[in-house]
Amino acid sequence: MIEKLARLLIVDDTKVNRLLLTRNVELLGYHASIAENGRIAMDMLNEEVFDLLLLDIEMPEMDGFEVLEAIKLIPALRDLPVIVTSSVEGIDNIVRCIELGADDYLPKPVNQVLLKARLSSSLEKKRLRDEQKMLLRRFATSEVVQDLQESGFALGGRRVHASVLFCDIRGFTPLSESQPPEETIELLNDYYSLMFEAIECHGGIVTMMIGDGLMVLFGAPQPLEDHAGCAVAAARDMLRLMAKFNVDRVTIEKPEINIGIGIATGEVIAGYAGTQDRATYTCIGDKVNLAARLEAHTKIANCSILIDNATREALVDLNNLEAIGQVPLKGISEPVAVFSIQ
Amino acid sequence: MSEGPIDLLVFNELQEATGSDFIVELVATFLAEAPEILAELKNAAVNAEQDQYRRAAHSIKSNANVFGAHELAELGRKMELSGLGPDQEATAKELALLDAAYERAATGLSDLLND
Repeated sequence: MIEKLARLLIVDDTKVNRLLLTRNVELLGYHASIAENGRIAMDMLNEEVFDLLLLDIEMPEMDGFEVLEAIKLIPALRDLPVIVTSSVEGIDNIVRCIELGADDYLPKPVNQVLLKARLSSSLEKKRLRDEQKMLLRRFATSEVVQDLQESGFALGGRRVHASVLFCDIRGFTPLSESQPPEETIELLNDYYSLMFEAIECHGGIVTMMIGDGLMVLFGAPQPLEDHAGCAVAAARDMLRLMAKFNVDRVTIEKPEINIGIGIATGEVIAGYAGTQDRATYTCIGDKVNLAARLEAHTKIANCSILIDNATREALVDLNNLEAIGQVPLKGISEPVAVFSIQ
Repeated sequence: MSEGPIDLLVFNELQEATGSDFIVELVATFLAEAPEILAELKNAAVNAEQDQYRRAAHSIKSNANVFGAHELAELGRKMELSGLGPDQEATAKELALLDAAYERAATGLSDLLND
């Protein structure tokens, strides 16, 4: 594996220290950028990606303590390793750095051997953390990862106002029985890539994947302004992408893939369900059932997208919307007003 | 070994670790920057700016330690810890001592590079 050159940001108000620290880290094979006070460092951190911060404490404008405090408030910077290099007097100040989140303290002038050990250990820890985050992202969306990082893991739910979307492939079972399993998996992977692209682009998170079925949540765990609008926009993009996909399918003489989508909006209970060892982010509630029933009803109504009245009421763009009427749906006591989106 | 203004153990170790070309650049940087910091320190004393005074004394200490200029570093450290006192005469005396220590350190460093 080719390791990319780690990028360090050196923050120090004196030229001699900046020059020396730069030399020290470059001799160790790292790339160094410099900032002459905390304010400039924060600007650079907000614009560029660094792997580690070497931070001085005594500086004009914004000192090292203030930088440590500011970094804690920015989620994207929370995992950035910080090594304080200073010659501040008094153990209290060193303790304060550690309490504010610094990984370590190296007294100045910095000993090269100690610096080497400290840098490689901090960078290795960061690499492992990044790897874990990547792994977590593979199984959960970045919104869920962010929620887990901010609030920690706890089983249990909370009531949120959200839109739920269900989607599946029409006639998937006969299709998968008529072709080799490898081809089915390949088809599913292509389909998922396209659907995820449309979903993520509009702020949705996939909470369930069963065979060809997808359940998507808009508005949790991170609140989403106009979640109903986002869900409908995602549904429209999903259809658009499938239409393009089908053009390619037809040229290789494969059957077209058609999908059905149901969307319902309202209060749901969202949270982590499962056990302490194995859990998933999901949501439950009658709107979830409704969205699933609407999706199933697309087959009967011969439509691609069906939405409930709450979703319709939240929409700004009412173009291509058609009332289907009051429809009795399985498992729902009263008939429901259903609308189709072309 | 450490009778001169520069501790040769520290200086040689620095030179070995960072290279002889680099140390020429580092010394030149120090000789250009230190007078600016000393001027800041005096300015802070005149204007009774405590934070600036402490920070400038801290910078002198920190930079002097890089080269093993112990006398200069120790004077800087004392001023950083005591801060700006009410006795202006005492402050003026400390500043004069610091100036003299800097001159000795600067000469010592220049001599080492010319050896």
